[in-house]
Amino acid sequence: MGVSVNWLKQYVDFDYSAPELAEALTMAGIAAEAVDNAYGDQIIELDLTPNRGDCLGVINLAREVAALLGKTVKLPDVPLKENKEHINDYISIDIAVPDLCPRYTARVIKNCAIKESPGWMQAALSSAGVRPVNNIVDVTNYVMLETNQPLHAFDYDLIPGSKQILVRTAHEGERMVTLDGTERELSDSMLLITDGERPVALAGIMGGVNTEIGPNTVNVLLESANFNNICIRKTSRALSLRSDSSARFEKGVDVNGAVYALNRAAALMQELSGGEVVGGVADLYPGIVKPAVINLRTDRVNYVLGGSLSETEIIACLKGLEFKIEQNGSDYLVTVPTYRPDLLIEEDLIEEVARLHGYENLPSALPEGVCAPGGLDAYQKFQRQLKNLMSGQMSEVVNYSFVNPALADQMLWSENNPLREVIALANPLSEDYAVMRTSLVPGLLKNIAGNLSRQIENLSFFEMGAVFEPGLGTLAEEVYKMVGAVCGQRESNWRPDKSELDFFHLKGLLEGMFRKIGLTDCRFSAKTAEGFHPGRTASIQVNNVEIGVIGEIHPVVQDNFGIKHKVCVFELDVALLFQYSASKYLKEKITKYPVVERDIAFILPMSVAAGDVLELIPLLGGKLIKEVTLFDVFTGNPVPEGRKSVALRLKLWSDEKTLTEQEVKSVMEQVIAEMANRLGAELR
Amino acid sequence: MIEQLQQLRKTVREQLGKLNKLDEVNALRVNALGRKGEITRLLRGLKDLEAEERIHAGKAANLIKEELEQNFEQQITNIKKRLLEEKIKAETIDVTLPGFPPPKGSKHPLSQISEEICDIFMGFGFKVAEGPEIELDYYNFEALNFPADHPTRDMQDSFYIDEKHLLRTHTSPVQVRVMEKMAPELPVKIIVPGRVYRKDDDATHSPMFHQIEGLLIDSHITFANLKGVLMMFAYQIFNKNVKVRYRPSFFPFTEPSAEMDISCVNCEGKGCRVCSDTGWLEILGAGMVHPQVLKAGGYDPEKVTGFAFGMGIERIAMLKYGINDLRLFFDNDRRFLQQF
Repeated sequence: MGVSVNWLKQYVDFDYSAPELAEALTMAGIAAEAVDNAYGDQIIELDLTPNRGDCLGVINLAREVAALLGKTVKLPDVPLKENKEHINDYISIDIAVPDLCPRYTARVIKNCAIKESPGWMQAALSSAGVRPVNNIVDVTNYVMLETNQPLHAFDYDLIPGSKQILVRTAHEGERMVTLDGTERELSDSMLLITDGERPVALAGIMGGVNTEIGPNTVNVLLESANFNNICIRKTSRALSLRSDSSARFEKGVDVNGAVYALNRAAALMQELSGGEVVGGVADLYPGIVKPAVINLRTDRVNYVLGGSLSETEIIACLKGLEFKIEQNGSDYLVTVPTYRPDLLIEEDLIEEVARLHGYENLPSALPEGVCAPGGLDAYQKFQRQLKNLMSGQMSEVVNYSFVNPALADQMLWSENNPLREVIALANPLSEDYAVMRTSLVPGLLKNIAGNLSRQIENLSFFEMGAVFEPGLGTLAEEVYKMVGAVCGQRESNWRPDKSELDFFHLKGLLEGMFRKIGLTDCRFSAKTAEGFHPGRTASIQVNNVEIGVIGEIHPVVQDNFGIKHKVCVFELDVALLFQYSASKYLKEKITKYPVVERDIAFILPMSVAAGDVLELIPLLGGKLIKEVTLFDVFTGNPVPEGRKSVALRLKLWSDEKTLTEQEVKSVMEQVIAEMANRLGAELR
Repeated sequence: MIEQLQQLRKTVREQLGKLNKLDEVNALRVNALGRKGEITRLLRGLKDLEAEERIHAGKAANLIKEELEQNFEQQITNIKKRLLEEKIKAETIDVTLPGFPPPKGSKHPLSQISEEICDIFMGFGFKVAEGPEIELDYYNFEALNFPADHPTRDMQDSFYIDEKHLLRTHTSPVQVRVMEKMAPELPVKIIVPGRVYRKDDDATHSPMFHQIEGLLIDSHITFANLKGVLMMFAYQIFNKNVKVRYRPSFFPFTEPSAEMDISCVNCEGKGCRVCSDTGWLEILGAGMVHPQVLKAGGYDPEKVTGFAFGMGIERIAMLKYGINDLRLFFDNDRRFLQQF
């Protein structure tokens, strides 16, 4: 909202330049964003906080300026000359819903000459971005900008015979054409100004075309009313129709300022159109709103601010705002004018004192008191450790938590896949952001596709974040996950030995991470999962609990995301990882005795998993086999069809003595025998 | 005999001088000095000599043997040294060839800033707290003194799930959740990082972004404390030379409310595009916890006071890292991510 410096000066004298004033207002909480030069004037652009809707009126803003600069506000004279007639002979007013219309006031101005308004008024309107129309309409806008009270002028002669105004809610489906020429279908929560029968205005938002002021208008019915802010807001939103008037009513308009604005406008209409003001004000105001009276303890002001303002200083701040102040024992009773509905409690007054005194003039101090230990709890520390570990290997990404539900199809999730049980937004921005994610995998696939499309290859990403599952008893269960994905080759170098970022690369990376978080006894076993390659996917388990999954993305899914290379992904449940990770302690003695190394190769049936071999061998030989490393796997000649060769390096030692050749030999014999027995392995 | 020995010495030394391979040297050595070598063969003739001559020739033979041994050792040392020099010379690499790239990992700039901010406040004794992203209307608005259907809710246009649930529009609901859990214990001293959601999508707004919330409640926390703590924070997250100012503002859940500005980090307050020529950058909102909020959290506003603050992590990251496009944070382009 822009406010003209010249206009402001009509109500308060000040020597500040426009930029100086803008700065002073900003530091008092009326944020001035810029000063523009226009119409031979300076316009201060204000960004008002929602509690200061009052400052949409130039007079109220002048009150702020006066309080800040120690000046007084002079309100414009209202040289109104009424004729001998009485308003009651011209119009009768009824309010069917006083909750929604606390006050309705009106005047009639007769024999107006409709023409352009004078230059000064047109300039003032333009400075506020309002388009001049004619002298009558311009006066309503001018006085609204001045007093913050929206006004509306009807062509009195277009209101039929009974000359009645009835404020009521619309009938469901009732129609009217607003001044912008749009026919609008109304609902029964919307408030209307009617002539007893048909709507003549959408209350507080826009007039009706049927009673519009035009070149032939002679007699004017002028409305200055007050409407419920919530009702106006809802109607305005429902119809997507905002106006300067509705913006003001939404923020709240001073119900006790209605008549002043009405008179001010009538006087101006008289002056500019030569009209005749009918005697009296029609004023229906069933529940009078009294100013708030707030008890203020001056010691509380200093207690909250940590300051040392004197009573005199405190009182001076509030008096500058024209608040009435009475001593009340050791406290004060402060009467707040109704144009400041934002002030309700003592803290509100403390803020008024603080902002007029200047936040910058208040002291600054570090808190005193008992030192409390801060920091992260064990789970938070763990999450950080995870993020630190992963970010050494992969780039962390951040994706939106809401996704397109069609991703489920791209992922090949079948109809009964629980990942399809999504929490949907009632009002999403678009289909792309319509449901909460149930997996972090699709996000990473999109990141990979996006990077590949920009010729950025050899990718390695991870993300940590919540997925959202329907909860039991609660709407949603937020499960914290960590997902990683690799695609392409190990970062290229100038030597020829490149290798693919495949399942085993990713698995090794995970195993390294598991070792660092103290997660031992972790099993990988083949499984199938929708969206994954059926022969290249594993369940990751600890104590028979699945903590995650790792696998190659199904070629069809890859294709659905427009990814040309193989992608491997893991997804882990962070809370479970935490549960099974151990605090660090020394698990193995460092032996003093020699380590014996033996290489051995077996021919095995294809169906035997390497994992089975690696699990079996350490159980043999009376725990003397301390390490087993698999260093070679191959099939084909000379290995018979349907079988594979697996070569292992065993390290044996005792913590108590040097092993003899005989002891080692008997262990190896047991290994060979058990491998044959249990897994059908023959020595190669 | 001595003549023969002298002749042998001469011949061996000549031959040795010509050799440059270790195995040839060793072969010559065996040939000359070995058990079946020349010297041994000559010395066999000692027994045929007169006693005096025998002693004389024996001494000479030993001297020559020792000398030759030394010559062989010297030659071996020389050859080894030369071989090593040759090997080292052959091993020369082009040290300007690129090093092998390490795994290119990186932590998202938003994570880094979030951790940095948390760390600063942990240093002041704050604990990290978290809360759900799908939140009840009660915690997101009502308990924070946002009346139903009030225009203040327009400040934070929301994504709703149903009538009672929405995606939290700020991290502030965690204030009341933590207070409820802790009351009447003091102090409440938390910092709350997290994702938040607002129905906005343009060049300067993202429908999802990140905030950090702070809350300090104790028996007597003042507005001066708010100023003091947040100023220390600004010094640590930016630098000691940054200027800080506080302006009145409005948030339904704080009273008095304030906005903290810092002098523009780009132009040092002279005025530039980044600060819209004002010299100042708004970086966080704060205020004294509203009595209604204290009550909702189970505390008596006459017995405790506190301050709260909140800031956008993206905003701080943009200022600190010189990022001028919000979208970069969520685009996840590796070229962007790996610069941090």
